[in-house]
Parts: sequence; structure tokens; C-alpha cells
Amino acid sequence: MYPADYRYTKQHEWVKVDGPTGTVGITHYAQQELGDVVFVDMPKPGTKVKLGASFGTVESVKAVSEIFSPVSGEVLETNSLLSDAPEKINADPHVTAWLIKIKLDDPKEAAGLMDAAAYQAYVEQAAKDH
Amino acid sequence: MTTPGIAEIRKTALNAVHRRSNARMVNFGGWDMPLEYSGILAEHQAVRTRAGLFDVSHMGEIEITGPGAHSLVQWVSCNNAAKLIDGQIQYSGLMTSRGTFVDDLLVHQISGTHYMLCVNAGNQDADFEHIVANNKFDAKVSNAGPRYSQLAVQGPRAAEILQKLTRTPLAPIRYYYFVFGQVSGVDCLIARTGYTGEDGFEIYFAPEYSEKLWDDLMSAGVPLGMIPAGLGARNTLRLEAGMCLYGHEIDDTTTPWEAGLAWICKMEKAPFLGSEVLAAQKQNGLPRKLVGFEMLDKRIGRDGYPVDVNGQEVGRVTSGCPSPSLKKNIGMAYVPPAATAIGTDLQIDIRGQKAAARIIAMPFYKRPQ
Repeated sequence: MYPADYRYTKQHEWVKVDGPTGTVGITHYAQQELGDVVFVDMPKPGTKVKLGASFGTVESVKAVSEIFSPVSGEVLETNSLLSDAPEKINADPHVTAWLIKIKLDDPKEAAGLMDAAAYQAYVEQAAKDH
Repeated sequence: MTTPGIAEIRKTALNAVHRRSNARMVNFGGWDMPLEYSGILAEHQAVRTRAGLFDVSHMGEIEITGPGAHSLVQWVSCNNAAKLIDGQIQYSGLMTSRGTFVDDLLVHQISGTHYMLCVNAGNQDADFEHIVANNKFDAKVSNAGPRYSQLAVQGPRAAEILQKLTRTPLAPIRYYYFVFGQVSGVDCLIARTGYTGEDGFEIYFAPEYSEKLWDDLMSAGVPLGMIPAGLGARNTLRLEAGMCLYGHEIDDTTTPWEAGLAWICKMEKAPFLGSEVLAAQKQNGLPRKLVGFEMLDKRIGRDGYPVDVNGQEVGRVTSGCPSPSLKKNIGMAYVPPAATAIGTDLQIDIRGQKAAARIIAMPFYKRPQ
């Protein structure tokens, strides 16, 4: 379910690190919690983002949710697919429906986040507490 | 051990069915209720085009009986129950002495000495106490919520689905009328009402038959495209239909005039609770009025967001959502009477950014006749 080469936050974002670049999205668990996504508001390329700070919002029919950056750096690109088809976040949150690509300040920063096994255990606990 | 002061969450007789159906559950007015099953958009579309089945057993029922029943209903509510005939239903407001809403409700006239009120889940105990406190007519008032389950079958195919399970002819039941009949062999009050803007029925029956009726309705409805629907779709459906939700458009600070509900506030039957304040407000003018708006922005103006006109904050959004039927974002807000004209430009403060919106006529959605 959760790709083994990604890292995960407690707020249900993921980051995939490829050398100097990080790709960021929200997890399957997050999209399930949100329900039908209808709008995504992302920062422009060039914007600085910081580990743990809000950088945008994902809006579903029932609620709006802030998205917190799993890493620090500068936004390189936002996913243009989502401006016309935000519902792709529900269908494919881990691959095609990524949110932003970031030029990382420190490629090692993401190592401090949960790995897939730890995140899987974390969401199973969250589901039990629900 | 239960913690004193924290109320136990309440469950309808269908709680296990919802959990088996993988519903996403939510605490709504102290009740553990299904928010969505397959997804709000899919459920919304099903109700608009085919049918949806809602467990609305959390809704409260209050029965008023005896020779003073009619007078008590007339005294505590703002619509005119004298216009009702037996078997007819009226949308009304339960009024405070200030002419504001204790609750909104459906008044079912079983006879001139027997009324069944359907009230909001979160308000039922307060409603009951309020009616008892104002019972100067020696009527018998009973808080009957635990005696009823309620299911709503809503959508253009609702009548066809329900008719499969009852010998009672449904076609002659007009909108806002009810009959007593059997559904699947279970005694029911069958009302042609709903909170979706579609045709449909709400049936009331003894809770022990809840799972049977749910299962039988699903068996009858699924082949016709019916799916279970939760509170999420109920909210987008009622908002498209321009219907008020207690705690959002109406509460104990809003009057029927302000909420655009003059059609349920009948001054000719005065005096009733709050009628003097309502007469004065009608004469002196309103501080605010409810309007409908569409967003001219991709974002959604949600409950509580500030509303500006010409750069001045003038009110607040009461409800907002994407409209699946109209493919735009809609909402309702309170603004001063001078700013209520159709076409008025609004700016809605969405987390610190101003988003353009425009006042449009309600209801946003009307079902094809």
C-alpha cells in the first residue's frame, strides 16, 4: 500500500527523494479521510517551504485541509494535472497525483521521517482510535 | 467507567449496519452517524438521478396529544397549524419568546388532538423541555424519539422502490402529506417529505424493525440504482435545494424574517411565542438577511468565513459547498438588507485571502417537473 522508498509524516504527507529533489504528496489514508477532493491550492515555483510548515490546502466536499511540508527547500514545480482533475488525488495519491516537487535544502532531512512500515503501523493505530 | 459530564455518544438501531457497510462515521449532534459510504459525490448523484437511502433515526419525535394539543402547537410554533387537515404536514419553527428558533420542525397532524413533531437530533431534549415549559393548555407532551426509527428514501425512483414493499398506493400521497400503512409488513407512518430537493418518502416505525426495513429497502432499491447515502450528501443536497440547517442558517439568535422563512411565519394567528417581537421586527426592519451566493473563484466559502461588500465586512457565511449538480461552489450568508440584491458582488475571506462571489437566487437547484 505505502511505497517502501517514500518517507511519511504524522500529518499524512509523503516525500520521495531523488538526489537533490523531493516529490511531495498526501497519503492514501489522507485522501480517504478527506473524501472527494475538489480543489488544490499550491504555492508558485520559487516559494520557500519549511519542514512542518503549511504550504497549501487540499479541499474536499466536506472540509479543507492544510498540507504541511515534510522537507525544507524551494518549490520547483506544482502538479498541473490537479488543477483540472483534483479528484486524481483520490484515485492515485502516491504516484500521478503528487502535489509539488521541491529542490531540497538537505537531502538527508527526510531520513528523520517515518519509513513505510512505521507509517503503516501509525495509520493502523489511528484507524483503531477512530 | 463513564466520565461524569461527558454524554455517551448515541447510536441508531442501524449502527451495526453502517459499520458493516464500511461507512465513514461522524459524531453529529451527539449521534454516531454515517457521513458517507461510497463517497459524497456518488451519493449526491444517486439521489438526484435515481435514489438514496438515508438512516435518519437520530431525528427526534415529540408527540402532543389531548384536547389542548392544537392550542399548544399553535402557541409554540410560528406556522399556522389551523391550516392543516388530518394527514397533512407543515414545516414550521419552534419559537423562543424573542421570536428566534429553538428549532425547525415538521408538524404532522394525525388529528386535531394528536400531533407528531419531527425535530433535529441535537435539539430534541431542549425542544421537549421548551414545549413542556410552555404547556399552559394541559396537553400531554411526550419525548418519543426512542419509540421511532426513521428512514428516508429520496430521489426520482423513490416511489417506485417503496411501492414494491407496500400495498398502500403511494401515488395519491401528495407532497407534505402522510398515511399510515405497512411497509414489508411493518406498521409505518409514510410521509412524502424530505431534505434533498427531490421527491421521496420518510417512514417512521418501531426501532426493532430497523434492520429488516433497511435490508428490504436495499433489496428493492439496488436493482433500480439506489445506494445508501450519508449526512455528507444530505448536506450538499439540502444546500442546493436552499433549505436551512439548524446551527448554520438558523439558531436562537435568528428570526424567520432574517432566514427568508416568512412563508412559515403567520402573523394572522398571533399571539404566539415571540409574535410581538416578530411584529416589531417586521415593522422596524431587519438587521440582516440570508442570501445565496455562488463563488466566482475555485475555492469554497465555508461556514463562518467573513463576507465583505465594497471592502467592508458585513456578515458571515452560514454554509458552503461545491454543488455537484450545478458544477460551481455555492453557499448561504447573512448580509445587511441593503446588500441583498441578486447580482451583488461579495468578497469572501478565505483564510486571509479575498475570493469573489456573487449573490444569486435560491433555491440553487430545482428538480425537473
